[in-house]
Amino acid sequence: MAIEKRGAEAVVLIDEDKVIKTRMKKDYRIKELDERLRTERTRAEAKIMSEARKLGIPTPIIYDVGRFDLVMEVINGEPLKDVIDEERSRKAGVLVGKLHSGGIIHGDLTTSNMLVKGDRIYLIDFGLSFWDEMLESRGVDVHVYYQTIISSHREHEKLMAAFAEGYRSSFTKADEVLERVREIEYRGRYKTETP
Amino acid sequence: MRCERVLGIEGTAWSLSAAIVGWDKVHAEASNPYIPEKGGIHPMAAAQHHSTYVGEVIRNVLDSGVDFDGVAFSQGPGLGPCLRTVATAARALSLAYDVPLIGVNHCVAHIEVGRWQTGCRDPVTLYVSGANSQVLAFRAGKYRIFGETLDIGVGNALDKFGRFLGLQHPGGPKIEALAREGKNYIPLPYVVKGMDLSFSGLMSAAKEASALHSREDVCFSLQENAFAMLVEVTERAMAHTGKDECLIAGGVGANSRLQSMLGEMCKARGARFYAPPRKYFGDNGSMIAYTGLLQLKHGMTISVEDSAVNTCFRPDDVEIPWL
Repeated sequence: MAIEKRGAEAVVLIDEDKVIKTRMKKDYRIKELDERLRTERTRAEAKIMSEARKLGIPTPIIYDVGRFDLVMEVINGEPLKDVIDEERSRKAGVLVGKLHSGGIIHGDLTTSNMLVKGDRIYLIDFGLSFWDEMLESRGVDVHVYYQTIISSHREHEKLMAAFAEGYRSSFTKADEVLERVREIEYRGRYKTETP
Repeated sequence: MRCERVLGIEGTAWSLSAAIVGWDKVHAEASNPYIPEKGGIHPMAAAQHHSTYVGEVIRNVLDSGVDFDGVAFSQGPGLGPCLRTVATAARALSLAYDVPLIGVNHCVAHIEVGRWQTGCRDPVTLYVSGANSQVLAFRAGKYRIFGETLDIGVGNALDKFGRFLGLQHPGGPKIEALAREGKNYIPLPYVVKGMDLSFSGLMSAAKEASALHSREDVCFSLQENAFAMLVEVTERAMAHTGKDECLIAGGVGANSRLQSMLGEMCKARGARFYAPPRKYFGDNGSMIAYTGLLQLKHGMTISVEDSAVNTCFRPDDVEIPWL
């Protein structure tokens, strides 16, 4: 039985042996722009996922790249959100550190976008990823991870500290970024109901 | 304390406008906008205009004979000299009539007048004007900014391009008219970073494209590109927050192409799209007065000593107890 997941931008069909992510047509924009964006983004996502693999980050293998769709490996793992502990949060920090060292911003680093399978953690959904080495982008990436942890786990302080430890171990500019994360938290615009 | 009507004054940039508003209607409104002879808005020239005419504008609404229980003014964000001029007038009125003074956030006022006029309840708001381009939604007591421009407002990008074409300020409506005649889409930079937007590169690329293409085609492509960016981020905020109402606010919101795109997006997701009557898109005194009325009801008044303007006043600095 295939499972269908619908996001703002794409439909993800999870089959037994493959995942198909299709970027949907948006009627509000003209055809030329719509097709250009869907093609560019599909290709960019495929490229960024393979680059992430080269950096040593487990990501689904891409089987095929169509005009508007990606066919990928199925990862039968548990979302990190459901099985998080300090060791796994540390491991997630190591991966994000590697990703940022390689100049990639994930763009949606929630614990639902990390799948634990055996002793590996896979990063999935690179739909909002981009190339960037700016402190701000890196900070927002880590901030998103922290926010999801704060909103769903009681032990969030330990989990954040473990993430930071892993992040520092794989990324030389980690301290600067973590400093920026604190700054982002103090800014009005990213404040949420979480303490 | 009575809380039936508030006199509000708007003057953050080009618009100078005062109104007396009650819970169910606008009792009086008068405006005298600053229109530059050439170029864009010069902050000092605009402030000079405001200080020359603010007395007359206020006199016009006072002449309606309708009384009021508080004086509200746009405390920010905006151009410093303009804000200070209007704040001075508001302080004087509040002291002279012995009624409370209310400092209103300009962005919040755009949302509130939109909710008031359209009847929507808890929308994701796309607020687009010369200076601002923000996607806002209510969460945990405040209007949070989910996405915004990293450089200039979309209206500023349109106005600057309009000036480049030799059109008089504001360029937006003239670009809209030219765009209707455009046929060919010219690829231009599409800059959405996560939930944020950037328009300055797009504006420069449009200038370059005008060397090779008709102005109609460039205006058409500029609009299609810029508006698709805005609609995309708005849709993402709706998906993220799970809200099913979308409200458009701000001067650029009057653009019918932008409205129809937002309408399409909402239709596809089974959401409802709301646009207020045209006169409430641009900056107006009624929106300040109405928001002032809400604030007065919730005791959100300030003393003259604490009424300094704030050019960078963020909407999420304001508690929203009424929603």
